[in-house]
Amino acid sequence: MSRVGVLALQGDVREHLRILESLGADAVEVKHPEQVEDIDGLIIPGGESTTIGKMAVRFGLLEPLRSAVRGGMPVYGTCAGMILLADAVTEGDQPLVGSLDVVVRRNAFGRQNESFEADLDVEGLDEFFRAVFIRAPWIEKVGSEVDVLATVEDHPVMVRQRNILATSFHPELTRDGRIHQMLLDMIGGK
Amino acid sequence: MVEIGTERVKRGLAEMLKGGVIMDVVDADQAKIAEEAGAVAVMALERVPADIRKHGGVARMSDPTKIEEIQNTVSIPVMAKCRIGHFAEAAVLQALGVDYIDESEVLTPADEEHHVDKWAFTTPFVCGARNLGEALRRIGEGAAMIRTKGEAGTGNVVEAVRHMRTVTNEMRALTTMGDEQLMSAARDLGAPYELVRELAKTGKLPVVNFAAGGIATPADSALMMGLGVDGVFVGSGVFKSSDPALYARAIVEATTFWNEPEVVAKVSRGLGEAMPGLEIGSLDESERLAGRGW
Repeated sequence: MSRVGVLALQGDVREHLRILESLGADAVEVKHPEQVEDIDGLIIPGGESTTIGKMAVRFGLLEPLRSAVRGGMPVYGTCAGMILLADAVTEGDQPLVGSLDVVVRRNAFGRQNESFEADLDVEGLDEFFRAVFIRAPWIEKVGSEVDVLATVEDHPVMVRQRNILATSFHPELTRDGRIHQMLLDMIGGK
Repeated sequence: MVEIGTERVKRGLAEMLKGGVIMDVVDADQAKIAEEAGAVAVMALERVPADIRKHGGVARMSDPTKIEEIQNTVSIPVMAKCRIGHFAEAAVLQALGVDYIDESEVLTPADEEHHVDKWAFTTPFVCGARNLGEALRRIGEGAAMIRTKGEAGTGNVVEAVRHMRTVTNEMRALTTMGDEQLMSAARDLGAPYELVRELAKTGKLPVVNFAAGGIATPADSALMMGLGVDGVFVGSGVFKSSDPALYARAIVEATTFWNEPEVVAKVSRGLGEAMPGLEIGSLDESERLAGRGW
């Protein structure tokens, strides 16, 4: 059974743990640097990316996370998680884990009043995915090794590059485990 | 189909704030300090509760200019308060594009009988509650997030503890009841029957629940997290302390590591003076904010 960590500094950690458990994974919270060594894969959840980044720096998690992701550990980021995995954001200078060769625009769809849900066509899935976007980012620039798996109005909102999967939206707020299954498949070497 | 303002989208933002600290701020400078400390959101208001208490008079929604300044300064969500029942202030806040509206007892109520019909808005609402019935009434009206009322501006956590314990005990009681008892439980709580039935099954509120009202130290925040809240609001506790930036950061860190006392101990060292506190018993009935609304 895969042991999947959910970075638990802030955000909707519980929803990710629940959906991972429903898929049969051994899901654990990650709050300390040494815990990064005990997992086969990682989720960086939704939350406030500036808060999560600052806490990762203050509690010594940023470097261990960087080397794990660089070393090929399968990782999946939702919303704030996508921002943290990106190599760059369009504005501000917040701490990032990086490795995903994209530039992300935070709150790109607008403030909360513009937050929305929609049926999304995702490459690799047979049926639409009900995607929930909350003050969501989009991807402004994509590197050459990055596959775009879904878009909204031509803006990439789901991408994969080698061991890194990222979505602007929140599958964990639905009961649909298909995208989390993609992470488990990556961990299983599929 | 693309839909905005759905229940899932409204409640969803609160889910993203979990494990975090939302700080009261009166201007852009304070908002910047809060963001740098690691706040997940800021709450814009005219005066922090301790000053509302001190100066008296009618407390209202903030000046829109102040709210816009704050929105232009920080990238984290910006919330703002409207008076209980003041749907016109709420509409203004929605028009300004705030991320959450707090229909708050800290401001002077505009309606002693009715709260805002929150279903009518795209912007989500957070509301205060002293007990389960009050929480479910607000959710019934469309609130997408709940917080304890506590007793704002006192720096005294005792009322927030009382409110959280009350909610927890009442939820626990519901889960032990037979189906035939739920209608009379709904009557006694003064709560919508459908929500009572749902809660009896799940054992938890259908929305995120934060602590608010009297949280003044990192240990206060850890206490409330230990009682089962999803995160905390800090009102006067940050900007009425001797070193707001330091206090703000320490409360954020204690909230994430609430169940690791060695971390709470570490971040609590050398913070200087917490905000001055008030004994609840020393307040007149008319000075208590938690009794506003029903």
